[in-house]
Amino acid sequence: MRRFLSKAFVCALLLGLLPAALAQTDAPPTDDAGYRLLETLDVDSYRAKGEAITAILQSDDERAREWLQALLDGRLQRTDDGRFVVVLNNTGRDWPVEDALSGEPLGELSRRELDRIGINNALRNQLRSAIAVVDLYSPNVERRRSSADRLLGEVDDELFETLTPVIEEAEDDYVRRRLAQAVAIHQAENGEMEGVEALAGSLHPRARVALNRATHADDPAVADAARAALASVEQNLKINRGVETLYFGLSLGSVLVLAAIGLAITFGVMGVINMAHGELMMLGAYTTWMMQQLLPGQPGLALLLSIPAGFVVAALAGIAIERSVIQFLKGRPLETLLATFGISLILQQLVRTVISPLNRTVVTPEWMSGSLIINDALSLTLNRLYVMGFALFVFAALMLVMRRTRLGLEVRAVTQNRAMARSMGIRATRVDILTFALGSGVAGLAGVALSQLTNVGPNLGQNYIIDSFMVVVFGGVGNLWGTLVAGLSLGVINQVLEPWAGAVLAKIIVLVFIILFIQKRPRGLFPQKGRAAEG
Amino acid sequence: MTSSHSTRFWLLRPFGERTTQLFLGVLLAALALVTVLHVALPQGHALHVNAYTVNLFGKYLSYALLAVAVDLVWGYLGILSLGHGAFFALGGYAMGMYLMRQIGDRGTYGHPVLPDFMVFLNWESLPWYWQGFDMAWFAFAMVLLAPGLLALVFGFLAFRSRVTGVYLSIITQALTFALMLAFFRNEMGFGGNNGLTDFREILGFNLRSSDTRLGLFLASGVALALGYLLCRAIVTSKLGRVCVATRDAEARTRFLGYRVERFQLFVFVVSAMLAGVAGALYVPQVGIINPSEFSPLFSIEIVLWVALGGRATLYGAVIGAILVNYAKTVFTGVMPDAWLFALGGLFVLVTVLLPKGVAGLFAHLRRRHVTQPQEASA
Amino acid sequence: MSFLQEIKSRDRVFDFLAPQSSRVDVRHGPILYLEDVSVSFDGFKAINKLNLTIDDGELRCIIGPNGAGKTTMMDIITGKTRPNEGSVWFGSRHNLLHMNEPEIASLGIGRKFQKPTVFEALSVFENLELAMAADKRILATLTARMTGEIQDHIDEVLVLIGLTALRHRPAGILSHGQKQWLEIGMLLMQRPRLLLVDEPVAGMTEQEMERTAELLTSLAGQQSVVVVEHDMGFVRSIARKVTVLHQGSVLAEGSMDQVSNDPKVIEVYLGADEEVA
Repeated sequence: MRRFLSKAFVCALLLGLLPAALAQTDAPPTDDAGYRLLETLDVDSYRAKGEAITAILQSDDERAREWLQALLDGRLQRTDDGRFVVVLNNTGRDWPVEDALSGEPLGELSRRELDRIGINNALRNQLRSAIAVVDLYSPNVERRRSSADRLLGEVDDELFETLTPVIEEAEDDYVRRRLAQAVAIHQAENGEMEGVEALAGSLHPRARVALNRATHADDPAVADAARAALASVEQNLKINRGVETLYFGLSLGSVLVLAAIGLAITFGVMGVINMAHGELMMLGAYTTWMMQQLLPGQPGLALLLSIPAGFVVAALAGIAIERSVIQFLKGRPLETLLATFGISLILQQLVRTVISPLNRTVVTPEWMSGSLIINDALSLTLNRLYVMGFALFVFAALMLVMRRTRLGLEVRAVTQNRAMARSMGIRATRVDILTFALGSGVAGLAGVALSQLTNVGPNLGQNYIIDSFMVVVFGGVGNLWGTLVAGLSLGVINQVLEPWAGAVLAKIIVLVFIILFIQKRPRGLFPQKGRAAEG
Repeated sequence: MTSSHSTRFWLLRPFGERTTQLFLGVLLAALALVTVLHVALPQGHALHVNAYTVNLFGKYLSYALLAVAVDLVWGYLGILSLGHGAFFALGGYAMGMYLMRQIGDRGTYGHPVLPDFMVFLNWESLPWYWQGFDMAWFAFAMVLLAPGLLALVFGFLAFRSRVTGVYLSIITQALTFALMLAFFRNEMGFGGNNGLTDFREILGFNLRSSDTRLGLFLASGVALALGYLLCRAIVTSKLGRVCVATRDAEARTRFLGYRVERFQLFVFVVSAMLAGVAGALYVPQVGIINPSEFSPLFSIEIVLWVALGGRATLYGAVIGAILVNYAKTVFTGVMPDAWLFALGGLFVLVTVLLPKGVAGLFAHLRRRHVTQPQEASA
Repeated sequence: MSFLQEIKSRDRVFDFLAPQSSRVDVRHGPILYLEDVSVSFDGFKAINKLNLTIDDGELRCIIGPNGAGKTTMMDIITGKTRPNEGSVWFGSRHNLLHMNEPEIASLGIGRKFQKPTVFEALSVFENLELAMAADKRILATLTARMTGEIQDHIDEVLVLIGLTALRHRPAGILSHGQKQWLEIGMLLMQRPRLLLVDEPVAGMTEQEMERTAELLTSLAGQQSVVVVEHDMGFVRSIARKVTVLHQGSVLAEGSMDQVSNDPKVIEVYLGADEEVA
């Protein structure tokens, strides 16, 4: 009840008249009442229309917001036979409409049968503010917040009067801060000290516009304060931009880590150059796509199931590659490189022929889309955040496998001295298969993650293979930590360079940097030392 | 065997070898045959070789020279370069720049100096690195110098730090990949995506005439013969044996007092220059050079030619290049989808089943041929 | 090894001004002089404050249990491994720490590896040809011609190592013992001032071993020879002076009898070794 009263009060203030029509709200609105309300809109005079809008606002009709929105968008129209309709989609030739009063769909009507209720700019502003204010009292907290967001920079003298008391009343902290900011922007634009002071440190672009304007204020004190506030805002923005670059860099880096970490196992630990590693990633990505085809409508579940499925598919493919080719090329790394490159060509072409040469779309589940809003200048996309977390998870799991399990021990034993390990009863062939399966499976996991960030197509793997090798070599072969550090730092370097060099040049610079780095330190950032490394 | 230790002048040494005599004989006979069938027989005759085919053979020959260059470093020095396409492409671009300048004001925009793509990009004047390419001698020198210089700088850094084996393969691949990205950029001034094309004449000869094509074909054949002889002379010299020693036991070679990195650098640069010459012969025959020649796939394909033909034989590289490219021409014409399957399968088959390539197969058959009668008599 | 040092030493690879004079100054006696040399891999001290002096023309045997640092010491002398500290002098003029492998080799230090390494794809003859002391620069090797003189020299060595019949066969087909001999032959072709020989008789028959002992002792006098060996019988048969390494430093030095009676040596090494006990 209190809300209702204050709303009525606000509306009255907003339009500067406390009409006698207030009595109307006593009677519960009927459809007829709604019809009458709408009918008052269909007049020629914009002034009369403005009054009609006020009336609609005050009617507290549940449909009022929808009507006003439709009116604002030009979708509130009248048919030849006098009905009011809301056009749902006005892009085609025939438009689907629904009854403005009952909300029932009325099928499609051609645009000639409809008559739009026109508005002018003044009315448009009035409507916008009115809708925002209505929304401020919505029971839905999201709607209240977004309404408060929309008010930034939209406050004029009238709205200012209206909002000032509302700020105190707002229950939600966010709404209160936003409204205060909106009011402060208005004050700053008017050259008032109070607004300038309140805006110091605010990151919203509208706040910056307002401060900029305030630097030309008549009062030199205010202008100075505005300049100071602006400087602090710029400083703040710079930090945020830095954080954003870092975020993108780490995101790219975590993708590189994911792509390279499987390679670090097969190349670093086993010494096998698997040029088909990228294609194993591609298989993981396509597994995700398949899963989503099998479980239509449940992209999230499909994605979660793809994690084990992608691992298994890629691991099996890896085993097939190891058994059919790599085992025959033991100790001939250059030949292994060529043979696995051949396999990569075959796998690519297989996908092109069996599935399609075109990219497939993998749906991002709802809980992964959207972004985490830190402040006005910084929001972090959720899918990247998830991939980052996933990369760290995979890394930790691999570390655990290599350090704490029997398999890890055997793998390390076989890599260091094959003959000795064999004589101690370790079945080296089995270890080879399992290691390769593990490395390949991780490539599959990388593919599942990548399907959330890039296009899934036959070339997906090719795009990452050179980068992945660079990461492994840069980090130091045989060192998982090195791969992590190298991947993340290359990602960040790339993103830092991108703004002033452009994406392609940044990539070239990074490649040249690594090529030069390898010359200086052929064994990477974290080299293996001692006799074993001398070979 | 003794011929390789001959007391002759090093450049003449290969002429004493049976394989070299055979190779040169077959190559020259093939050149003569194609020329005769092209010139002497009338069009429409069953054995007439048309201009298109001559052009195609010329392309194969330039690829064969490239394969010889790769075999020199891979077969004899043990350096698997996955970036030789870059040297080939640089030689090609040097030639392409010369051919571009030869167009003069006959381009679409009719600018007297600037190539079409520069006019299109609203460039005012020729960039400094395009200067001089209107002169044939300068451009031809650059065909050798540009790839040679890149190989010198890259090889100097790599060999000095003892980057070898798989590491070297990976960074050569990164090198050509970086160059590909760079040449794709319009700002580089090499025509970006589209590369250099619409050539008209070379040394005053019309590139579209069939006589010029025959000339280019013969030039490619002669270049292949000379390149083969040069490589053969190198590998039969003591330097060639130092290379093989380096390939098989690098540390040991060093302890014998050889500065291994200088030998590697020398041979690498020679090989890069040969690749550049191959690129320069290739470009006028196909009429275009674009960044796709820098693609890692192409570079690794060259290695396949050598592997298929048989490494460390040089003539094997020639056989491999011609076989694979002929198969590619046939396949892409008949069933283009199957080509990548065939290529991928070849990589696997050659490395697993035929590690010594076709040349190894020859040698094997010859040995059997020699030993069988003895067994029969015994 | 610090990064800076690494760069410095790498630069030397292409230092064209490096002194080429290979006149080794042995007027003061020692031909090889290691002082307080230490090197560690990942915290493990492979060599710890090692001091060693080899006199000109001396034949020295170095023994020690596995991991005593014998091979690492050879690596340091031949420039393969750089020590963390200490100094290594060849004669009194050449600081080996400022040189790389080929420079050290051309100065006159030859090395035979623990595992015999010959160039398997090349013939026995070619192996010896490559090892021969000659101008080893690029152009010189490219234009090098075979002369009667060289041929004769190689033939001599072939006779000495008993591989004349196999001269044109690839070295890869040789037996283990033959490879050992070929490698010793290559060392002889190099005509070094100092020979470092790592386990020369591993895999040899009794007779081969005797011939090796004969050869090595005959070399001493004109050349200095350092032999690292496990086979105590062999060491006893050639050794005049023996150095025992243990945990990267010298444990004892002297004649074979002195050393094998040293209680410290018996405790850490010989005591456990039946061959000597």
